[in-house]
Amino acid sequence: MSEAILVDVPAGVGERFRPPTSPASEPFWEATREPRFVIQWCVPCDRPIHFPREACPGCLGTDLDFRAASGRAVVYAVSVMAKPANPTMDGRGPYVVALVELAEGVRMLTNVITPDPYSVVVGDAVTVAWEPLTDGRHLPVFVPVAP
Amino acid sequence: MSGEGLRAKAAIVGVADAVSPTGLLEGSTRALEVQVIREALEDAGLTIADVDAVCSNLSNGWAASLELAEYLGISPRWTDSTQTGGSSFEIHVEHAAAAIALGLCDVAVIVYAATPYSSFKKGGPGFGSRQAAPGPTPVAEWEMPFGNRMPMGAYALAASRHMYEFGTTSEQLAQIAVDTRQWASMNPRARLQELITVADVLDSPMQATPLHKLDCCLVTDGAGAIVLTSAARARDLRKAPALVLGTGTCHTHAMISQMPDLTTTGAAVSGPLAFAAARLSPAEVDVVQLYDSFTITVLLLLEDLGFCPKGEGGPFVSDGVLAPGGALPANTTGGGLAYTHPGMFGMFLLVEAVRQLRGECGDRQVPGAEVALAHGSGGVLSAMSTVILGTEATA
Ligand SMILES: [Zn+2]
Repeated sequence: MSEAILVDVPAGVGERFRPPTSPASEPFWEATREPRFVIQWCVPCDRPIHFPREACPGCLGTDLDFRAASGRAVVYAVSVMAKPANPTMDGRGPYVVALVELAEGVRMLTNVITPDPYSVVVGDAVTVAWEPLTDGRHLPVFVPVAP
Repeated sequence: MSGEGLRAKAAIVGVADAVSPTGLLEGSTRALEVQVIREALEDAGLTIADVDAVCSNLSNGWAASLELAEYLGISPRWTDSTQTGGSSFEIHVEHAAAAIALGLCDVAVIVYAATPYSSFKKGGPGFGSRQAAPGPTPVAEWEMPFGNRMPMGAYALAASRHMYEFGTTSEQLAQIAVDTRQWASMNPRARLQELITVADVLDSPMQATPLHKLDCCLVTDGAGAIVLTSAARARDLRKAPALVLGTGTCHTHAMISQMPDLTTTGAAVSGPLAFAAARLSPAEVDVVQLYDSFTITVLLLLEDLGFCPKGEGGPFVSDGVLAPGGALPANTTGGGLAYTHPGMFGMFLLVEAVRQLRGECGDRQVPGAEVALAHGSGGVLSAMSTVILGTEATA
């Protein structure tokens, strides 16, 4: 796998809302320290699960593991926030909130980090990037892939 | 299988709501609840002594319907604290109608009051009042870090997807706000009564692309109450009954990021269930009250409830079909977009549906309305509930 893409926290912005960790998601967040992108799978169903749970939402089984994810995704839905949702996003200017569909088949909410937020449209190819959190973890965000 | 066994077994017999053009109401939420309950019972010709069932979705402590009944000084034999946000009251109607049909209770009261605008003006948490603080929830872990402005950001995502899949335009969404405002202009209690144009909507500040300020509902104070009883008892009461002909409910997710398909809501399930139970089709509905938290919400509901095929909501609304004089009169109060929106508009949808069936709506009355549909949406397109009401002639 290629080198992880890191994005800087822009100067002068508020500290992001730091995601709490739940027992089921611990491996996901621990991997972001390196950073590595992993997704939970149900072994018997052979299907990815997001968000991570303590039981598979398909079979209710607990034979679950975390596997490396490609980081490749497509924008499924997108909205540019004209102003910050709350003080944790202050100073970022208009920013992109997107639901992205991972190549593995699950969707996650994220930001697409780009100097031109209004250019991001549904169907765009994006890839995972990492914004550092203050506790050593990284937040999975996405950046456009050049066509 | 649908709830056909419930058809015309129960009726809404009393309604009331408290709303002001200033968007502000005096008094605590509890005082407002008591006021609208008193008015709704009076509307029905009943008293609090007749009430043996309560439904309440908002708790000041830990158990909404218990706290309400205690405050009212009654000991109900049936209770429901179901909380699904803005659709709670449609679900309460479904539950109460079933309970009445089975003889579990006789007279049920459903109530709601919230004063987020007053709270905001006094420096309080505003829209977030009476909502739980952030905790170690999936929303905190998987959505809040990304700064999606809620709730409008969730609906903006759905609108973006609908535009991508079906070519829906901002002009088409704006037309919904324009039509709704026409209804509001005929309602002296509406918060916003001046007419607007599509250009006004498109020129209003962008909130979360593609939604403009005028695509978004109000934040006001408001309260409402409903009284239900059996169809048999309803016939002896003060006003003509609004019979519960059919109901349906479906919830698909809690967080927007878990919605299975951003262009199809649970109304695609709840609507057909309600129509089957009522033995009616969309073409037989005279007036609709569709939760208009945002213009996109109305568009999705029109498609999912079967008023037009999936993907054709944009062209369907583009020539004023929802406006006064249109083929499908919708949100005749002026809706959450222009009448009132205290956070959970589902109560007001039911109140107006009943008033339309009774012919009480003055300038905005839909002539000869016999069948009315109220559809609540709770959460972020999460919990859908459809209630079809009819006059005695439809039984
Ligand atoms: Zn499984």
